[in-house]
Amino acid sequence: MVEAGHFALVLAFALALVQTLVPLVGARTGNSRMMAVGGPVAVTGFALTVLSFATLATAYASSDFSVANVWENSHSLQPLIYKITGTWGNHEGSMLLWVLILTFFGALVAVFGGNLPATLRANVLAVQGAIGATFFLFILTTSNPFIRMNPAPIEGRDLNPILQDLGLAIHPPLLYLGYVGFSICFSFSVAALIEGRIDASWARWVRPWTLVAWMFLTGGIAMGSYWAYYELGWGGFWFWDPVENASFMPWLAGTALLHSAIVMEKRSALKIWTLLLAILTFSLSLLGTFLVRSGVLTSVHAFATDPTRGVFILCMLTLFIGGSLALFALRASRLTAGGLFHPISREGALILNNLFLTTATATVLIGTLYPLAVEALTADKISVGAPFFNLTFGPLMVPLLVVVPFGPLLAWKRGDLFAVAQRLMAAFAAALLAVLVTALFIDGTSAFAALGVGLAFWLICGALTDLAVKSGFGTVAPDVMLRRLVGLPRSVFGTALAHFGLGLTTLGIVGTLCFGTEKILSMRAGETVELSGQTLRFEGLYPSQGPNYSEDRGRFALLGADGSTTSEITSAKRFYPVRQMTTTESGIKTIGFSQLYLSLGDQATDGSVVVRVWWKPLVTLIWGGGLVMMAGAAMSLMDRRLRVGAPSRRRKPTGAVPSASLP
Amino acid sequence: MTRRQKRLSVIAAGLAFLGAATGLTFYALGQKASYFYMPADLTTASVQPGQRIRLGGLVEKGTIQRRQGATVAFSVTDTQKSVKVMYTGILPDLFREEQGVITEGTFGPDGVFVADSVLAKHDENYMPKEVADGLKAKGVWQESKSE
Repeated sequence: MVEAGHFALVLAFALALVQTLVPLVGARTGNSRMMAVGGPVAVTGFALTVLSFATLATAYASSDFSVANVWENSHSLQPLIYKITGTWGNHEGSMLLWVLILTFFGALVAVFGGNLPATLRANVLAVQGAIGATFFLFILTTSNPFIRMNPAPIEGRDLNPILQDLGLAIHPPLLYLGYVGFSICFSFSVAALIEGRIDASWARWVRPWTLVAWMFLTGGIAMGSYWAYYELGWGGFWFWDPVENASFMPWLAGTALLHSAIVMEKRSALKIWTLLLAILTFSLSLLGTFLVRSGVLTSVHAFATDPTRGVFILCMLTLFIGGSLALFALRASRLTAGGLFHPISREGALILNNLFLTTATATVLIGTLYPLAVEALTADKISVGAPFFNLTFGPLMVPLLVVVPFGPLLAWKRGDLFAVAQRLMAAFAAALLAVLVTALFIDGTSAFAALGVGLAFWLICGALTDLAVKSGFGTVAPDVMLRRLVGLPRSVFGTALAHFGLGLTTLGIVGTLCFGTEKILSMRAGETVELSGQTLRFEGLYPSQGPNYSEDRGRFALLGADGSTTSEITSAKRFYPVRQMTTTESGIKTIGFSQLYLSLGDQATDGSVVVRVWWKPLVTLIWGGGLVMMAGAAMSLMDRRLRVGAPSRRRKPTGAVPSASLP
Repeated sequence: MTRRQKRLSVIAAGLAFLGAATGLTFYALGQKASYFYMPADLTTASVQPGQRIRLGGLVEKGTIQRRQGATVAFSVTDTQKSVKVMYTGILPDLFREEQGVITEGTFGPDGVFVADSVLAKHDENYMPKEVADGLKAKGVWQESKSE
């Protein structure tokens, strides 16, 4: 069966080459039939990739250990869900998922891009095809998941136990939808550079694609953070691990892109900058793929290290990043600059946002690559961790968060800062109140904590103020206001929701970092521990048997005020015999927005067990805020303008006019 | 202000911002990057008590001692020298004798390394990259051992 998948993959590679060359030449020579080839080829290539992926997934689901990749990463006793998710729980399979999503986005452009100018559509599909072809070649030559083994082993070597979790079903697909979604923005930018012009439909197309990619990337990062939090048993939500940074850099650049695309769409300014950002964002996605997949970094994500892969990806990076930036350098001067505006205006605020976000991206990039550079140059091994990022990333984010509520309230072209400040008085008062309440009643020792809570409330109330002002709160009758609120464009709600979510995430981070408590102790059955008002009793260790592991379950009772058990929490040490590996399953009890987090350590000879207990106030808001940001992006996508405002199909046939502005 | 002066002041502010960010980044790299050492490197490198470093090597056989509470003492060795490490907390699942580990922390005045984190990664034949490279350089690590 997998031979069919292998064959489909080779065909898809061949089609990707066709998709690259034919439409490109067609657009160059004005041959509309050649340009029209792109669409059907993109859809067929997607169908073939689906077939290829499906055969691999089937091999996994049916535990076909004659396939080397399945043998290495699966076991017949695994639950079916982990057999299936195991398809992308390894290097080869995850690269196949990568191209599957890439061709999916290409097919979407082919299907829904009927109203794009024909040359733009042809060029976009060609660039998309080129990215696809490189990745197909990469898989076929260095990371082929379809290699058979003869004789076939009886039993597989099991999926890495860390990955045997529902997180694997959600985190990689979401993350890849985000990473690869930015490839569309990249392809549109390169296509615009090839044509040497940016027209209105370019701007209208890039913004929704950015929104889609950003939405998924936000979800992927939030989900990955939560997964690491509960799976690793370290109780942290972000480690500034290079692999995390690899996904965070495209997110920061993508957030900047999201905002500059607004300026470009509404005011047709910042065109060249937006184009550059789109190229940089996808370049960072590629860089992330390189960092994670080449094995230059060791982490849970580096499934295998093979130098040929690293060299291949490095060449690919050079080709795409270098090529697109060179094209940008050559052609950008041909693009016309947009309208003028005053520094204090919506445009100005969005530029400030871009300045901060791109600088923050650069600091994360430097922090991530610096150890690699130092090792290559001096053979010294250094690590750049949380202390570096706290010192650089923090000071960049705080002022940005402070100005967030001003942005949406400023007018285009020329804003009135004083009037906006007046409108934000209520939000400011709420933030001040939050600071005072925190300092007086919760924790007066840390100014940082109080100010952090204030900042979070400033963001949350600022987002609400935006909606209140735009619906005329306080100036019109309540029923009129309600009608106006409902009638506001969805993108206004989207902005407010996303900024609201940002406030929630900030609150969660401040709450967890500043008010969290922890205890490490050695406990025997029957002993109790008290932490931040919660009392836990250790009930003892109970052995238990799972489908492909055995475990010692440490049972804990959460006690109420009267000493009775209100709920039970279990943390376990699991042993997976196939890989001879032990994992820790943390025990988590959610109370309101906060969590009680338990992690089991080693058992001593006297029967006591090391237990680490954390009280994590408001911790769920960190990821909850991420979900709200996703909802904001979804809301923006539903904006009528993005659907109705697109150029209609009954346009004049522009297809026959090839790159008119080129000499 | 004329239009030209206005534009120049905006550009100057932007450059000042970028300059400050660059300065901060390089200051932070100088201050906050922690160097990796193997025990034998420590004789030549001058590491001050209180300076944050990462110390890597193998957990020496027979040196793991559980103290009261969750404190553990063990020695990290590169087969030439070894360093005594104290750690309070939960050891990683794969922490065991002769396993490669990376500990992060500072030297106390008594020469004992007080670690606040201990890393031993997730694979049964996984050796932290720095430790593997270091052992290779010292000629005590064969490639075949890592499969």
